[in-house]
Amino acid sequence: MKKKFKIKHFINYIVVGAATIIFTILNSVGVLGLSEQFLLEKIAISIILAVSLGLVVGFLGELSLGHAGFMCIGAYIGGKVASLLSESMGNGFLTLIIALAVGGLSAAVAGAIIGLPALRLKGDYLAIVTLAFGEIVKTLFLNSSEETFGGPIGLETPRYDRNSLFIIGFVVVLIMLAVIQNLIRSKHGRAITSIRDSEIAARATGINVTKYKLLVFALSAFFAGIAGVLFSYSNYRVQCTKFDYNYSIEILVMVVLGGMGSVNGSIIAASLITFLQIQLASILTGDLAVLQNIFYALVLILIVIYNNAPALKGFREKHNLKSFISKLFKKKKEDPSEVRDDEAKWDRVPTKINMDELLSMDIKVTESTMKPDKGGKE
Amino acid sequence: MDFIITFLNGLSLGGVYALIALGYTMVYGIAKMLNFAHGDIIMVGGYVLFVFVGLTGEPILAIILAAFLCMLIGISMEKAAYKPLRGASPLAVLITAIGVSYFLQSLAQIIFGAAPKFVVIADLGTITLGSLVIPVYSIVTLVVSILIMIGLSLFIKFTKTGRAMIAVSEDKAAAQIMGINVNNIITVTFLIGSFLAAIASVFYLLKAPNISPTFGSKPGIKAFTAAVIGGIGSIPGAMLGGFLLGIVEVFSNSVPQIAPYTDAIEFLILIIILLVRPTGILGKKRREKV
Repeated sequence: MKKKFKIKHFINYIVVGAATIIFTILNSVGVLGLSEQFLLEKIAISIILAVSLGLVVGFLGELSLGHAGFMCIGAYIGGKVASLLSESMGNGFLTLIIALAVGGLSAAVAGAIIGLPALRLKGDYLAIVTLAFGEIVKTLFLNSSEETFGGPIGLETPRYDRNSLFIIGFVVVLIMLAVIQNLIRSKHGRAITSIRDSEIAARATGINVTKYKLLVFALSAFFAGIAGVLFSYSNYRVQCTKFDYNYSIEILVMVVLGGMGSVNGSIIAASLITFLQIQLASILTGDLAVLQNIFYALVLILIVIYNNAPALKGFREKHNLKSFISKLFKKKKEDPSEVRDDEAKWDRVPTKINMDELLSMDIKVTESTMKPDKGGKE
Repeated sequence: MDFIITFLNGLSLGGVYALIALGYTMVYGIAKMLNFAHGDIIMVGGYVLFVFVGLTGEPILAIILAAFLCMLIGISMEKAAYKPLRGASPLAVLITAIGVSYFLQSLAQIIFGAAPKFVVIADLGTITLGSLVIPVYSIVTLVVSILIMIGLSLFIKFTKTGRAMIAVSEDKAAAQIMGINVNNIITVTFLIGSFLAAIASVFYLLKAPNISPTFGSKPGIKAFTAAVIGGIGSIPGAMLGGFLLGIVEVFSNSVPQIAPYTDAIEFLILIIILLVRPTGILGKKRREKV
């Protein structure tokens, strides 16, 4: 069977790639100021964080509340490596690459370690362990001595040319998309989503749940670590108070708003939220800055209720963005036999067979049951 | 001598943690959800105390009002955010609870500002027993929280509502068939949880009279840890976990070398206990059926 080339499988590479090229050109012309470059760096970091958390939450189906903890490890260790190397090697591209690799790998090791309890724990219990992990990491770095990681003052990291840092950020986004999307669309990705839908069934079909859980946690942590290194380069100083529980929640909001189990959704939500955040930060000052948090909270609650409330099921099926768009373009109806791995329907996959619903289902007398002959044997 | 004082302080902090943990554990047992916003009910209670102690100067009245308003917010939170999601995936409910927590914190920050406010409910002073100087608030906290826990246990064991709560936590569908109104029981659970949180906010303010919008998040996370250590869903477990965590925290804080790492130690204990016993010390192991 020959694989059909489908543009929608590549749309995110095309959009992100085009954005990278456009911004690079704009930058070389000199249109972008420092604040725009900073904004683009932040957007790239948010996309990396949201997509990597989305891998755990949306595809593996486990809730991680410690994503900022992995980022913290990456930021500190990558930042430290960078400042050590910049003394001997200079503060060049190679230093950045090594820092990214070391930061990412050390976070990945932590991710695998936190993935170990994940084998015994599930759902809410795992969520609290990841939360605890994030807090432990924060406490350890906060109490580090001044020579090692700077303690409460934070770690000073080398500066990098602002003109190219955001381009590197977007290139990392592209590489990450390639890795994660190819993983999800492979046999392994289907194994991962099957663990989400039913771990017992997945185990029964011979899927190595242990291996996949560790793999997903480590991979997700790896990219969070890389985002941390980029963050340390972008901010010149790493302070662990930034990587608290609220930051993990912020990333989770991006994933949920974008739609769990959707890579493209995470990208859109991450860019949008980061953009709004940085733009609003200059408008709303002081206590008014909280207005945007209220807005996030309300949007988060409403979106989750809209997507998950059992009572809204009929409403949801009638009015959703996808049917609206397909109506708009007057496309033919979707073929249900077509497997679309990328947009696995999180809300429609029942985690358990609802026995109540099955048992209480009345047999309705319809025309076909009344006249059994009509539909007909030959 | 120091040891006795530290131990007493640990017990009293443990009592407060146990009260909050009871709220977490009861809601988990009955509604099968982690109410992340529970800690923020403490914060609401704190601000109500701040406003009414400032206005009237009468601590008892303020405490009653705080309990009442906390219960009101507890129920409205349940009705508005959690009820529509009954029967949805646990992850969805958990994320909504996080949203509610975020919402309450931000609302408090808009109304009262981010800067901490100073509230003195009452100055209880200390009493001297021989060479021991004991702060009165820790005795009051310990005694009141133990009394509340005994009351709650009796309520659950001997009243019709209490037994209905046990029934719902064991099997929701069967309880419904026996004529128990599950929705009402869940509401009652949120009422009790919020009441306990309000009492906890009083004790917290007696100990350290400062309140800020994130006031509830630390005790919330700590008590949640306590509930999970004890075995979430189990009422004696929450009490045990609360006292255990309180004692560990106070003792760890009393040693200068390890005091900065207290949080890390507590969370490490949580992780280790969960690795050894995945459902906590007193948690019931449920066999998973396909």
